[in-house]
Amino acid sequence: MSKLSLHGLGKTFGRSVAVADVDLALAPGEFVSLLGPSGCGKTTTLRMIAGFMKPTAGRIAMNGGTISDPSDMVPPEKRGMSMIFQSYAIWPNMTVGENVAFGLKLRKLPTAEVKRRLDKILAVVRLDHLVDRYPAELSGGQQQRVALARAIVIEPEVLLLDEPLSNLDASLREEMRSEIRRLHDEFRITTVYVTHDQSEAMVTSDRIVVMNHGRIEQVADPVSLYNRPRTRFVAGFIGRTNFLDGRLQGDTLVFPGFTVPAARVPDAAALPAEVSFSLRPHDVHLHRAPPAGDHAAWRLPGRVVERAFLGEHWDYVVQPDGSSLRLRTTTAPRDVHEAGAPVTIEIDPTRLVAVTGSAE
Amino acid sequence: MKRRFDPLILLWIVLAAALTFLVVNPLLRLIITSLEAADTGAWTLANYVSAYGRPRYLQALYNSLMLGGAVTVLCLVFALPIAWAVSRTDMPGKGAIRLLVLGAFITPPYLGAIGWILLAGPNAGWLNRAWMGLTGATEGLFDIYSFAGLTFIIAIYSFPYLFIFTSSALDVVSSEMEDAANILGAGTIRTMARITLPMVLPAIIGGAIVTFLETIALFGSPALIAIPARFNVVTTQLLQFFSPPVRTEVAAAFAIPLLLITVLLFALQRRLISRKGFVAVTGKGGERRLIELGPWRWVMLGYAFLVLSMSVLLPYAALSQAALSRAWGRGWRLDNLTLHNFSYLLFEHATAGRSVLNSFVYAFSAACLAIFLSLAIAYIVARRLLPFAGVLGFLAMAPFVVPGIVLAIAFYAAYAPPPLALYGTGLILILAFTTRFLPIGFANASAAIRGINPEMEEAVRILGGGRLLAVRRVLAPLMKRSMIGAWLLVFIPATRELSTAMFLYGPNTRTMSVMLMDLSEEGNFENLAALGFMLLAATIVIVGVGSRLVGGDFMMRRDRS
Repeated sequence: MSKLSLHGLGKTFGRSVAVADVDLALAPGEFVSLLGPSGCGKTTTLRMIAGFMKPTAGRIAMNGGTISDPSDMVPPEKRGMSMIFQSYAIWPNMTVGENVAFGLKLRKLPTAEVKRRLDKILAVVRLDHLVDRYPAELSGGQQQRVALARAIVIEPEVLLLDEPLSNLDASLREEMRSEIRRLHDEFRITTVYVTHDQSEAMVTSDRIVVMNHGRIEQVADPVSLYNRPRTRFVAGFIGRTNFLDGRLQGDTLVFPGFTVPAARVPDAAALPAEVSFSLRPHDVHLHRAPPAGDHAAWRLPGRVVERAFLGEHWDYVVQPDGSSLRLRTTTAPRDVHEAGAPVTIEIDPTRLVAVTGSAE
Repeated sequence: MKRRFDPLILLWIVLAAALTFLVVNPLLRLIITSLEAADTGAWTLANYVSAYGRPRYLQALYNSLMLGGAVTVLCLVFALPIAWAVSRTDMPGKGAIRLLVLGAFITPPYLGAIGWILLAGPNAGWLNRAWMGLTGATEGLFDIYSFAGLTFIIAIYSFPYLFIFTSSALDVVSSEMEDAANILGAGTIRTMARITLPMVLPAIIGGAIVTFLETIALFGSPALIAIPARFNVVTTQLLQFFSPPVRTEVAAAFAIPLLLITVLLFALQRRLISRKGFVAVTGKGGERRLIELGPWRWVMLGYAFLVLSMSVLLPYAALSQAALSRAWGRGWRLDNLTLHNFSYLLFEHATAGRSVLNSFVYAFSAACLAIFLSLAIAYIVARRLLPFAGVLGFLAMAPFVVPGIVLAIAFYAAYAPPPLALYGTGLILILAFTTRFLPIGFANASAAIRGINPEMEEAVRILGGGRLLAVRRVLAPLMKRSMIGAWLLVFIPATRELSTAMFLYGPNTRTMSVMLMDLSEEGNFENLAALGFMLLAATIVIVGVGSRLVGGDFMMRRDRS
């Protein structure tokens, strides 16, 4: 049985649709991210799960029992969940210890037990020496860890996180996202994590739900999501990519300026007449001269249009001769091509992923 | 390299001299006077013995403290529900309620007191007559000339302080703070008690302390109510020490505890706020949602409207009726209507017209002086241009803890005797008003200057402009709006200042506020109401112009003090 499930969940504000037709089920102990640009409905979905907002369609169930539907809703305080807010929402009038112990005291645990669990969680998030400090005396990262400790210490049914790292600077963000995953591995709390940052989602999550315009685009684990994006939006949102828009004429795929036999593309039989492919930059290879040997790959003559050296790799933009297509590619630092130099562009057709949806 | 002479040092000396004259010397004179024998000038504690030697003087001090406490409690009852409803709920009519609170805020308390004498004076007051008419009772229901009456009429004009403190604090509590408690299992009531209330508590305590101190320093309403009701508070007792034969040294001794209480309570407030980081720790997403009250929102609106009718609508109605009547007791009747009260005051009365002019001239001069001093001091303090700049800032804020009536006694002690002998001149009133409202100007000027990145000026200077050019072309234009606001915040209270003027005016330097008290002694309520009406009308026009120039809520923001 799933821990938490959303069934046809929807929310409209007047005429504008914030969330529509969201179906999702979380296994116990699973870590799922809701990922998407701002305004995609991810925070609205999270607030409906928390019980701060009533859905206008569908329902939410926890442990098999309905907790939200358009007619009724279990209030947030009766859900046994906990949440980490974008602003942390640490109460400035209470010390670190009082903040973290708040939920435990509400549960009327014996004092000794409160003390034991408080000490344990503060040690886990490395705040044990700051227990009597007030929040205003803490750094951003420490405040973040207070929020984490306060949410985890009650061992909630479900842990909700609303863009918890968006107020931290870049290096701290990297540290904290690993910390969040580490705490999840330790406590195995079923978690829903809202973010607009794909790397946060990739690092922390078992599965990622990509949302756009209030709807789910795709649900998958990070590796499949990157390698097998189903829609153009997902391919463009997760990592960088090239889009190749083609037309199927008989058994030939026609791209701007060149054609290739359709049989070389995976699942060729299922392709529609107008088709877009996503091709990751590292699946485009450059050669000074046409290489000898097997050519399961496509080879196109072209030239380098732009280049940039980023230390760990080169970024090139290349253009096949006679084509308007511009392809991004990354290569190892030792693969040096001058701007304007002729190159052979090699594409592995098995790496092409057909995607649906229009360009935005 | 030769050290350049910095012209700023001259400015520093000028400012230090000004503050010594306005703040340091009067307060020192006050303390010294209280410790000197009036005739010989020898050190003595005899003044304190005379000031506290009689039970009825002690009773006055006790009455003041009781009055302060009672007013504060009543203000909490008025202000907290309204502030919460306006700030956190979906109560309708918030704009109107805020406007009425502003109305209560700008009404001089003594004017409201006069309105309430018309409404609830024993037997003759409108409410009492209505009560007797409805029930056939032979006695009125209310007697405004009582301790309870005084408490009530002070509270309905003091609660805006608490309202402003509380609602500004509630405005910065993000809903996420409450959501965080909800999701951990706390219901609405518990969240309110454990999270919301503690977070705004320092603001409430701060507001309560200010209310208490304003009440015990208040002169007008006690003079109008307590004296006829035959009890004294500290301020009315001080007036008696000032009645001939004037005993300045006893008044000074009697005023010292008032000063000490004020200083102590403000220090306490400071401590309360600094102990914890009460600035809400919040980054992005401090989103706020309104609490849905359902049908209760009409109950809240009714309560707010009731309180504000008592402080604004009813007394204004009573005052305007009296101002336009030949005899106010005859009510709204066509043959009772007249504008004669206004023309009499302005053109026939010996001193009333002059007093209107005096009030505006003194307030205008004091506001200009206070803002000029504030700007110069705030600039030096904020940019740390000279050593000991902080001392100037401290002195500029010091009058904040001096009750107006104490300041008046201090000015009297320092500048009434020769060599300056300023008593009875307009100048002493202008200087006393300047000192009294200097903290308002300084707090606003510092806030405005701190809001301007010094790099704006540095950019001028690196391009070859001098400091004066930077101030003139960059700083001045940027601060113009907030300084107009600050000027008005000094000007408006200075036009109605009573407690300072009461001890310093002379035959030709009566202000409108003093004139009002004189007229009330004569019992001429029609003229009294007409004069009050002019004061109110002028205030409303000025506040209206100010809102257009500087932004709607400039009177009720709380980034000062």
